[in-house]
Amino acid sequence: MFMTNVPQAFKRTSGSSLSRQGGIVSRRRELTEILFQGLFMLSAFIGVLSLGLIGFFVFKEAAPAIEFSGIGGLVAGTDWLPPALYGILPMIVASLLSTSLAVITGVPVGIMAAIFLAEVAPPLVVKIMRPAVELLAGIPSVVYGFFGLVVIVPLIEQVFGVPSGSTILAASIVLAIMILPTVITVSETSLRAVPNQYKEGSLALGASKVYTTFFVQLPAARSGILTGVILGIARAVGETMAIIMVMGNAPAMPEGVLDSARSMTANIALEMSYATGIHSSALYATGVVLLVFIMLLNATLMYLNRQTSK
Amino acid sequence: MKKLFAGAVALVSLTVTSTVMANETITVTGSNSMSSLMEVLAETYTVKTGNFVEVQGPGSSAGIRAANEGVSMLGMASRIVQDDEIKENVHTVAMARDAIAVAVNPANGVSNLSVEQVADIYRGEITNWADVGGAKSPIVVITRDSASGTRAGFESTLGLTRKINGIKVSAIYPRAQVANGNGMVKTTVAHNVYAIGYISLGTVDESVQALSINDVAPSVATIQTGEYPIARPFTLLYRDDAPAAAMAYMNWILSDEGQAIVARKGYVPVK
Repeated sequence: MFMTNVPQAFKRTSGSSLSRQGGIVSRRRELTEILFQGLFMLSAFIGVLSLGLIGFFVFKEAAPAIEFSGIGGLVAGTDWLPPALYGILPMIVASLLSTSLAVITGVPVGIMAAIFLAEVAPPLVVKIMRPAVELLAGIPSVVYGFFGLVVIVPLIEQVFGVPSGSTILAASIVLAIMILPTVITVSETSLRAVPNQYKEGSLALGASKVYTTFFVQLPAARSGILTGVILGIARAVGETMAIIMVMGNAPAMPEGVLDSARSMTANIALEMSYATGIHSSALYATGVVLLVFIMLLNATLMYLNRQTSK
Repeated sequence: MKKLFAGAVALVSLTVTSTVMANETITVTGSNSMSSLMEVLAETYTVKTGNFVEVQGPGSSAGIRAANEGVSMLGMASRIVQDDEIKENVHTVAMARDAIAVAVNPANGVSNLSVEQVADIYRGEITNWADVGGAKSPIVVITRDSASGTRAGFESTLGLTRKINGIKVSAIYPRAQVANGNGMVKTTVAHNVYAIGYISLGTVDESVQALSINDVAPSVATIQTGEYPIARPFTLLYRDDAPAAAMAYMNWILSDEGQAIVARKGYVPVK
């Protein structure tokens, strides 16, 4: 019944449209345009809406803990003793310390690797190295964590003679490796996007290759490189599983990089499954602090980028 | 709409009849750590007999109070219940034991610690193996996340709790490393000669060495006799006038079938 109906309907429309084909086609095209514009808008709003919803719910869930301990008790408290004290300062310090160490070691290596791939390496080497770097980005974080646990942690025990290698340093090394692919690929792409005339002009003026790379090409690609760094930092701050496996997770204030510590993300992941009431709310509050930190970080870097490009 | 309403009525009547059909509802209140085991037992029992078991786990003290006052047919307490805590017509019976092994690296050399030494290590008061008869090296203390039942059992049997603003909190040294699971404690201890950790007895294997505590090695036998100290009984409390259905449920828990479930959930059966 369906099969017979369809051709008839088709015939009817095709017969009448023949005379005013142009009008219908353009109207149809218009409709498609509107439809797709709506679809694009909807898609864009889903992203923004998700951000808004996540922000709203995290804040809403965190409210009881903020009421219980006060913002000062949470952000400046040094003792994490649920269900009485919910100080997350040690975790803020641990997150900042491990991330900044990872950025300090990982970013220069990443940028120099990008320079190598974009400027120095012969095409054959690039062909092998680039997929290798991209593969590094695809390794799940639990595998990085396992690698850290069986390789880096014992190595730190031997090199520094500490009783336990589960330290901030171990986490920083793992994080530095984890942010490498992001920094390398984004930096390389932006270095390659720098117009060749810049390089040629600089070399023609008698500048050395190294000078040209550092003072002409790098500044020109700065915006893209900074994006890579921001993405890398975001990954490092947000990393959870690998950190849980190598940092020891002690909730005490770390006294140095060879101390065990707990990051904010680890705090949430470790205790979420069982926490109830204010304890659970305090974990959401940890999430709020994390969210605020990432926002501040992004805003600062974006601002810096705009300032220096003026 | 009418259909929906009729459906709802049918559904409600169905649930009503099903509760009527179940012979009786048995209420069990008490220890939070016992409630997961009790729920598994309850589900099996409901399927078997049709008697519904309602389990609530607010805590051991609430379980003792509930049994004393007869608010609940059975009480649960995951610790030893003293005679002066219960009324004359209330009786206790152990339904299972929960034991925790203190584990070190097999290369550590220390094979026995006293209860006080273990507690002091976890309070951060003993920090070197030399103080407990081992090599002169710092102790790497591994604990569990504060939500873990094993940690709660460990803290309560060793008295590793203190009060802050009237709220009971852990007294475990904050510099102790935190592992999120028995498996991770075991891996860390197996890879670190200086580490000490505690795991549920059922998960001990040859990668770590379970310490003797007060010269008693942990085993099913020493736990059943109560000699091994880092173990706690899972106690059931009942009144003389407890309904027959509740007594039948309790006897079923103590039967071979109930005890098999206890063993399967990783606890030590009492028989």
